[in-house]
Amino acid sequence: MASQEILREEPSRGSFVNDPKIRSIFFQTLVIVLLFGSVWWIVQNVIDNLARLHIASGFGFLRGRAGFDISDTPIAYTSDSTYGRAILVGLINTIIVAVAGVITATIIGFVIGIGRLSNNWLIRKICTVYVEIFRNIPPLLVIFFWYSGVLAVLPPPRESFHLPFGSFLNQRGFYFPRAIWGDGSWLIGVAFLVALAMAWFVAYRARQRQMATGQQFPVFWTSVALIVGLPVLAFLLAGMPLTFDLPKQSTFNLTGGFQVKPEFLSLYLALSCYTAAFIAEIVRAGIRGVSKGQTEAAGALGLRSGPILRLVVVPQAMRIVIPPMTSQYLNLTKNSSLAIAIGYPDLTATAGTVLNQTGQAVEGVFIMMIAYLVLSLVTSAVMNVVNARMALVER
Amino acid sequence: MKKDQGCLGSRGACKAEKGLWVMKHIAIGILGAAALGFTASAASAGTLDTVKQKGFIQCGVSTGLAGFSAPDDKGEWQGIDADFCRAVAAAVFGDGTKVKFTPLSAKERFTALQSGEVDILSRNTTWTINRDTALGLNFVGTTYYDGQGFMINAKKLPGVNSALQLSGAAVCVQTGTTTELNLADYFKSNKMEYNPVVFEKLEEVNAAYDAGRCDVYTTDQSGLYGIRLTLGSPADHVVLPEIISKEPLGPAVRQGDDQWYHIVKWTYFALLDAEELGITKANVDEMKNSDNPEIKRVLGQEADTKIGTDLGVSNDWVVNIVKAVGNYGEVFERNVGSGSPLKIARGINALWTKGGLQYAPPIR
Repeated sequence: MASQEILREEPSRGSFVNDPKIRSIFFQTLVIVLLFGSVWWIVQNVIDNLARLHIASGFGFLRGRAGFDISDTPIAYTSDSTYGRAILVGLINTIIVAVAGVITATIIGFVIGIGRLSNNWLIRKICTVYVEIFRNIPPLLVIFFWYSGVLAVLPPPRESFHLPFGSFLNQRGFYFPRAIWGDGSWLIGVAFLVALAMAWFVAYRARQRQMATGQQFPVFWTSVALIVGLPVLAFLLAGMPLTFDLPKQSTFNLTGGFQVKPEFLSLYLALSCYTAAFIAEIVRAGIRGVSKGQTEAAGALGLRSGPILRLVVVPQAMRIVIPPMTSQYLNLTKNSSLAIAIGYPDLTATAGTVLNQTGQAVEGVFIMMIAYLVLSLVTSAVMNVVNARMALVER
Repeated sequence: MKKDQGCLGSRGACKAEKGLWVMKHIAIGILGAAALGFTASAASAGTLDTVKQKGFIQCGVSTGLAGFSAPDDKGEWQGIDADFCRAVAAAVFGDGTKVKFTPLSAKERFTALQSGEVDILSRNTTWTINRDTALGLNFVGTTYYDGQGFMINAKKLPGVNSALQLSGAAVCVQTGTTTELNLADYFKSNKMEYNPVVFEKLEEVNAAYDAGRCDVYTTDQSGLYGIRLTLGSPADHVVLPEIISKEPLGPAVRQGDDQWYHIVKWTYFALLDAEELGITKANVDEMKNSDNPEIKRVLGQEADTKIGTDLGVSNDWVVNIVKAVGNYGEVFERNVGSGSPLKIARGINALWTKGGLQYAPPIR
């Protein structure tokens, strides 16, 4: 008690210099002034130097005609489009490969992570080898492995592998028929939405009934039947309005159909495989983090091993898994900039081309930084929402 | 639980310790900011003085293009572009070996010159108005008149003998080049489609073309001949006859330094004038005693001459240039012409007196 009495005493105001309050205000002001001062100094220095070296600056260049072509264009783009649109194409390509990679990496990661805890010796060892291989190789090498080691040794377009359903695989990529929906196909979409709503309603009622009476209802199979059955029914009713545009051999390449280029494939596969190794370890740690007592208690209540995993272990493991998972998703998104090594037109590649064609290095790098920052912040925000929903609700 | 482990004394002492900690971090912050600020303003002194002070010229070259700038089996950079930098070094130092080479990708090259990382960019770079104005560069001349062409594998595509048959082809091209832009324009104006396969580094483009990722390789025609030699089986590949653009390749320097610009520009003219006057590496010492007043003037043998010193170099600068690399014709033949595996004819790169485009103002 005595020491607390001393602490509560007002500090003596012997000297102005020694007054802790004034000193802290002084230092905080000083830090802010120095911070803003140095930022201003650096910005001013850049502006001065650009002017001295007669280099044009500003963002007006974004409205100029790009003049170059891009191989993968998810939105309409020609060489007549603007530099700004070229950068947008790159950004969308980055988002496409990041989203596809995140989904695939999560699926592979969960399978491998649970596999590492399997009772089967072979499955356990295979999963361990997978993790150790992909975790210990730099992602760039994994990308080169897929690009030069797997996809480049496929046959040339004239000797493509013929796959089922009119698909082809060759060193220029993977070609499959493009679906062309005819008149009346809107009915199928409507049927699909209706089926989704009905499935949700069935799940809701089944839950209510289980709460009230304890009786269970086969929700899963009913939902599958609804979601698959209704659109198929609509498809038949509308008179099967579907034709296919098949890939055909022409002078140089296969034309028609839908083409997935090897640059995208190798980047997507490499990022998925690489990140999956880390996700597998996170999942394993998460499941290990749920105490054995929980499993035993659930067993004592009469649950079988499937429902134990689904209803008891995984929901608790998710709380441990989601925060480090966010970092892996961010890593995957940022690693997608390695695309430049194999020529996939992602944000870094297209913004880099724009930077080089216009010479606007400072602005180009600034745009790239902002774009990646926004992408990462959005990913974090989404994952935080998921995390908040999964977190332990304390009553 | 101890909250402040490094602060066990009375409250006042704690505050003082914290104050010290804050001051230490402020000091580190100031030093960091200062370092950033200073690096940004390094390139302000005259380039000639900077170059003389460090004792060598930093020369930006390609990452390896046969005939223009590529390291040989001893690691020495060879080619027209590399020799041009040696010529400038000879003019400034009287010694053509005082050059250090920085290999640059197409994408890195302009930033490297702008930021002062290199003193000359001598890297098969096309002279365009945008680069001469908005990028803050000054091109000194055209050391090689080139044009963009196409190369295909004739074994795989036996029926193709014109670029106009290339509709639908996959085309390999290096990013950040005028080539990339001409390609888009050419296919558009001929209403043909193509599939660009774009890489940042020349080696990556070469590997992709060699592996069959694309049907067509496009770059400057001289480059195609050089690249063909590096492919698995050069004889299978043919360069198509069409030339789709003007590609005047030449060295560039930064804007805002007229003296350095003049030295580099007149080094180029001196190479041409030496060839025109018949001054070669072998006969340059003899030529000093020539009766021809023009030759004497060019070689700095005129009484009280100020040509060299006005430029900012010694009066025997042309002698040094020719002793180091020879005249323009010698440089050409040694690197891309009859003395090289490329065997490119002089064509439009001949002197104006022989029907070509190479023409230099008089040194007087």
